[in-house]
Amino acid sequence: MILEVRNLRVEFPTRHGTLVAVDDVSFSLAPGEVLGVVGESGAGKSLTGMAVINLLEPPGRIASGEVRLAGRRIDNLDPDAMRRVRGREIGVVFQDPLTSLNPLYTVGDQLVETLLTHLPLTRAQARERSLSLLNEVGIPGAAARFDHYPHQFSGGMRQRVVIALAIAAEPKLIIADEPTTALDVSIQAQIIALLKRLAATRGTAIMLITHDMGVIAETSNRVAVMYAGRIVEIGPVRDVIHSPRHPYTIGLMGSIPKIAAGAERRRLAQIEGSMPRLNAIPPGCAFNPRCPRRFERCTRERPDRFAAGSGEAACWLHAAA
Amino acid sequence: MPLLRLHGVSRDFDVSRPWLNRVIEREPRRFLRAVDRVSFEVERGETLALVGESGCGKSTVARLIVGLYRPSEGRVEYGGRRMQMIFQDPYASLNPRWRVRDIVAEPIRVLQLEKNPSLIGDRVAALLRQVGLSPDDGEKYPHEFSGGQRQRISIARALAGEPDLLVCDEPTSALDVSVQAQILNLMRELQERLGLTYVFISHNLAVVSEIADRVGVMYLGRLVELAPAAALFSRPRHPYTRMLLDALPDLSMSGKARTPVGGEVPNPLAPPAGCAFHPRCPRAYERCRTERPLFEDAIACHAVHDALPGV
Amino acid sequence: MLGTDNQGRDILSTIMHGARISLAIGFASVLLSVVLGVFLGLIAGYFGGRLDAVLMRIADVQLSFPAILIALLIDGVARVALSGDRHDQIAIPVLILSIGLSKWVDYARTVRGSTLVERNKEYVQAARVIGRKPLAILLRHVLPNVMGPVLVIATINIGVAIIIEATLSFLGVGVPATQPSLGTLIRVGNEFLYSGEWWITLFPGIALIVLVLSVNLLGDWLRDALNPKLR
Repeated sequence: MILEVRNLRVEFPTRHGTLVAVDDVSFSLAPGEVLGVVGESGAGKSLTGMAVINLLEPPGRIASGEVRLAGRRIDNLDPDAMRRVRGREIGVVFQDPLTSLNPLYTVGDQLVETLLTHLPLTRAQARERSLSLLNEVGIPGAAARFDHYPHQFSGGMRQRVVIALAIAAEPKLIIADEPTTALDVSIQAQIIALLKRLAATRGTAIMLITHDMGVIAETSNRVAVMYAGRIVEIGPVRDVIHSPRHPYTIGLMGSIPKIAAGAERRRLAQIEGSMPRLNAIPPGCAFNPRCPRRFERCTRERPDRFAAGSGEAACWLHAAA
Repeated sequence: MPLLRLHGVSRDFDVSRPWLNRVIEREPRRFLRAVDRVSFEVERGETLALVGESGCGKSTVARLIVGLYRPSEGRVEYGGRRMQMIFQDPYASLNPRWRVRDIVAEPIRVLQLEKNPSLIGDRVAALLRQVGLSPDDGEKYPHEFSGGQRQRISIARALAGEPDLLVCDEPTSALDVSVQAQILNLMRELQERLGLTYVFISHNLAVVSEIADRVGVMYLGRLVELAPAAALFSRPRHPYTRMLLDALPDLSMSGKARTPVGGEVPNPLAPPAGCAFHPRCPRAYERCRTERPLFEDAIACHAVHDALPGV
Repeated sequence: MLGTDNQGRDILSTIMHGARISLAIGFASVLLSVVLGVFLGLIAGYFGGRLDAVLMRIADVQLSFPAILIALLIDGVARVALSGDRHDQIAIPVLILSIGLSKWVDYARTVRGSTLVERNKEYVQAARVIGRKPLAILLRHVLPNVMGPVLVIATINIGVAIIIEATLSFLGVGVPATQPSLGTLIRVGNEFLYSGEWWITLFPGIALIVLVLSVNLLGDWLRDALNPKLR
């Protein structure tokens, strides 16, 4: 396992009490695997990603749990050690390519700097490597673009550069937080294809955080569905999408608009209400007030994850008898 | 008689550099043609969707319809009495300093739809209920509501103006998927109940397929295809429409091989000559590079007009 | 209780009268500059174009002069234009006018900047679609959303206006000696410092400081009290 997260808990101490944004989350990632982490806004998926690389904004902090990279704990490293891990062993791709790149340096400079920071290369070798990286991520005319500034690239190209930066030091794991959300649909498809190719050819594991189930369907091997800071379902992507087990996942899949082959205009399935705010998470199962299949136990006890199909679902309906 | 008609509507924006810079550096004025001779009709009671990627001009068309912009060319003909608009950003579309009841009541007051001031409160309450909120919510301020609830307030405000036509600019793009489903269902219900006509702008083809009767596809300010929804999604004719549909992530995971089309949307300040899509088009030939295709037979494509094989 | 001055007047009561005058001048001049500055800022930001360019150039020119000089200029012109007695009668309104006109730019610039931002927000566009006239949109929609910084600046400027007035009076070109403000009192008291009667100048000085401080604190409270998001 390249990444193991066990019972991770992220808290935000506030004046009115402590908010739990990520609550007892566990999952693992094998080398070369793409794990999609999907959820709506406020579900805690971005925070989980940030907790893995220890980039939480204070006062947010990891309250308990462990994060292991290739067996070694990284959640309790000092800032310097963590900085070395980030970049060299874990690469990060954020949503907005505009703010991820330093506007004052050329793209080539930024790549070379990243390489020199993490790998024992000469400047000439770093430049060589940078050019080949730009080619690998599909930037046409890489040699000429090497000396261009970020603002001279379009949105999709910028995101490719960001990906090049992320894979530059050959990390074993990439965390991509909404990497395609700010891009047009046609560019989105290109970036998705690029990420898949990288995972396959380089054996890099990818933790892909997104709210878009379609992107997950295209890229991921497994998917974890998050709700109110918890993982409610996790399993192989095909199963979770085609036969979801958790009532939230069922509702979610039903509410996703799809292009119907025939023209039957059905009413979109909708889940009543909305995700609870962090300071108003109900006792028991966090989804219970909105769940069409809840029963008494759901309002009292928080469900563990139980085997469901070829994955797991945190739902009392699936508890072994 | 169609409710709304656009005749060759264009809109240019002056993006010239400041006067002093232009004089010193001897630069000509620069114009961005955001909408380029678009024509279409909307029938009463239907939902016409306009789709396209960023920079295609669909939001500008929306604003041209409601009059926020005036056309640089062409004209907009509206046969109804009133129209209203719903916007994309639920956080910026409501005045943060106004209470919800005043926000919803504003069209009633401005358009003088209720002469008796004491009855305005009742109307507001009814409207809030109609969009799934409680009349008590009128006392609150916008920041007390979630994104989906704010869109409901926006819809209530729009309905307060008793419009025949509702122009919706990406109304669900900023919402979570499950909230989006609620809002789309609400909009469909309201359309049936009140006999509304919608012009629905979106970049999301799947959302459009759930709500539209007819769909217009735009690229770089031009309308390239316009067809009934069922036909567009099952038998797209324009190469760009095909590319858009192909680029959609496949939730059914049929595993069909997809070749994402290369290239990106060109800079609208310097659109390609001839057909704007030709640099990225798999069917482009000589004519496409020099001559701009006219919008005829609900499509703007030489390959289709010339009945080339394989189309 | 605080002693008497050279003419035998009780210092405490002269301070109280003086403070009233200082406060009145401070408020009135700020009111004038707020109304003028906010209005010009709104129309410059909303309508843009040439109107905006002209107004901002005027503002830039004015900003290159210190406020006191501008106040002095306007006051000086008034003095020359009107003879002694007449001038004394309207000295206070002239003072309010001069201090007010010297400071409108502060508000105009911040309001213009905020208006530029708010103008493009969808709630303003919604109001236009509903059919509201530009003036109504400016006053009912944009103004409440740009007033925040204005209140903060205004309350600080009340203190500044009071000090400008005090300075002018101290220099002898402010309020006439018949209606002394705190500044006049400080000036008058200054002459007695060397003869050891320090209280004649010190107490008005302290009163001035306390006055300005309280006004600033009041302004902070007011701004927070008016923000619906903090309720």
